[in-house]
Amino acid sequence: MSAPDLSNAAPPAVAALADVGNRAAPRKGRRLRAFVRNPTFVAGVAILGFFVLLALFAGVLCPGDPQDIVGAPVLWPGEDAEFPLGTDSLGRDVLGRLVYGARASLLVGISAAAIGLAIGMVVGSLAGFFGGWIDGLLTRLIELFQTTPTFLLVVVIVAIREPSLQTIALAIGLASWPTVARLVRAQFRSLRESDFVMAARSLGYSRTRIIVQEILPNALPPVIVAASVMIANAILTEAGLSFLNMRDPNVVSWGGMIGDGRDQLRTAWFLTALPGVAIAFAVLSLNLVGDGLNEILNPRSDQ
Amino acid sequence: MSLLAVERLSVAFPGQVAVRDASFAIEAGETLALVGESGCGKSVTAFSVMRLLPPNARVTSGRILFEGTDLLAEPPAGMRRIRGKRISLIQQEPMTSLNPVLSIGAQIVEVLRRHEKLSRRAARARATELLDLVSIPDAHRRVDDYPHNLSGGMRQRVMIAMAVACGPKLLIADEPTTALDVTTQAQVLDLLDDLRHRLGMAVLLITHDLGVVAQWADRIAVMYAGRIVEKASIGPFFAEPLHPYSRGLLGARVDVDTDEHYLANRLSEIPGSVGSAAGEQGCPFAPRCPVAQAACRQAPPPLLELDAVDTGARAVACPVSVAQTGGRHAAAVG
Repeated sequence: MSAPDLSNAAPPAVAALADVGNRAAPRKGRRLRAFVRNPTFVAGVAILGFFVLLALFAGVLCPGDPQDIVGAPVLWPGEDAEFPLGTDSLGRDVLGRLVYGARASLLVGISAAAIGLAIGMVVGSLAGFFGGWIDGLLTRLIELFQTTPTFLLVVVIVAIREPSLQTIALAIGLASWPTVARLVRAQFRSLRESDFVMAARSLGYSRTRIIVQEILPNALPPVIVAASVMIANAILTEAGLSFLNMRDPNVVSWGGMIGDGRDQLRTAWFLTALPGVAIAFAVLSLNLVGDGLNEILNPRSDQ
Repeated sequence: MSLLAVERLSVAFPGQVAVRDASFAIEAGETLALVGESGCGKSVTAFSVMRLLPPNARVTSGRILFEGTDLLAEPPAGMRRIRGKRISLIQQEPMTSLNPVLSIGAQIVEVLRRHEKLSRRAARARATELLDLVSIPDAHRRVDDYPHNLSGGMRQRVMIAMAVACGPKLLIADEPTTALDVTTQAQVLDLLDDLRHRLGMAVLLITHDLGVVAQWADRIAVMYAGRIVEKASIGPFFAEPLHPYSRGLLGARVDVDTDEHYLANRLSEIPGSVGSAAGEQGCPFAPRCPVAQAACRQAPPPLLELDAVDTGARAVACPVSVAQTGGRHAAAVG
């Protein structure tokens, strides 16, 4: 008599199991778990998140203009409780400047990377998709930019125009797009031959649609990884520019702080060391995020 | 007027000719099987109908009339309106023919909205219906699945759903089951046949599997080295293949009923390889042909239309075999 009972009980359970297997939610959960389980990625995100929070809440954490002279010059960290990280040669609060510097550095980094990505993706996808003389022309253009040293190019562009944050971001973006373009071009060259692109053509889609909707999303994973490294490089380039005094004098940035502290390097080394450490950690965190993304997005690393 | 009429089509790649003087027609609602070994020009023929040839291929002559309009003269925008809407293509590889980053529902919705004025919601409902139509179980739940969640057979069903989404008049199936295992193969072909009747479309079935042809096609066109060597209805073709190549193909089949086994006796084969057709002046099959005569090597034999009322349109490019069977088939040079 137990057989009918069993057969009655089994279907809902089986259906529930099938349900779990079929739903989209657990799949997304698995993706999320892959992110959380990746220690490199988590460490990178934690450090980066810390800097992002600093940048977002700079006004709350350290009210007042970071350029204001608020205390005695060159106070060492811990010397005065009001300035936990000391003051610089003009008596400005180092902690406040570090916090506001995060804002400038991240802003320049992200907008420069965005500009570079936008140009690089357009050029790369056109070259890779169409091939032929378009590819030839665009590849020569990419090579032209690649033969010029990046930093030199940025210095020239910033020198021609006013050294404002916008100019700096634009200059770094203009100098960094060839990497993305080459990456996207290579992706497009292999993807345009794939069966699903042929299927898309056989369904009557236009070329624009095939490029934007069919190929581009498939070409993105390596680009996303490259983007995080691009932000890091942009932050470094911005720091280098500020160090060379090619900076917006009204904006505090980490590179600028290093430049300012250069004269006191022997007497008050913390003025250079603290922003240096901040830059190092920001760049490190972005590289960790990039590595983590690389592992997660790489289909072959999918156990 | 035929639904599709390919007239004296020739397609060339740099340094070689892939299709020579191919002519065939498909009537509305029928299945024509285009048969031949790898590299004989079957797929190139099909892709020229879609105007999706690789960039280095050129149509050197011929016309492709679809519902009376020459597709080769159609502007690109007009061709895009025809593709997916009135002529659809199913490819060989279901595993790679779906975009891996979009859900299957989204991909079907995309086709529907490309060719028909449908709201997103209506298109989604149609997509679910289509998945149901191609016998995907639990269609309303499967619609959000991604291609990697599906097996090869299921993916091919999704490809079929996309191909028939806008009710095409002609479906080109380029070896649709080659990548599938045998049991799935039969299911997919049954589905195609069923849809053909239900939606009233014609099918150009490209295959090298004569078993598939016998079961699912109405007519057959045999290609060899870029030429169509024989055209026939299925019944007469399997009863009496006329071209020596067709005979060789049928002879090379292993039939369960005849009790053949490779341990007991040697399986029959066509001697030589298709490569021997390269540079041949006359009939491309002459180097491998058991009945070849001196004349065969002089000039390629024309496709002779056979005047046989009971067998329907039949043509063969072999004067020798026409002469042999001359008593029953009065040949009229076409």
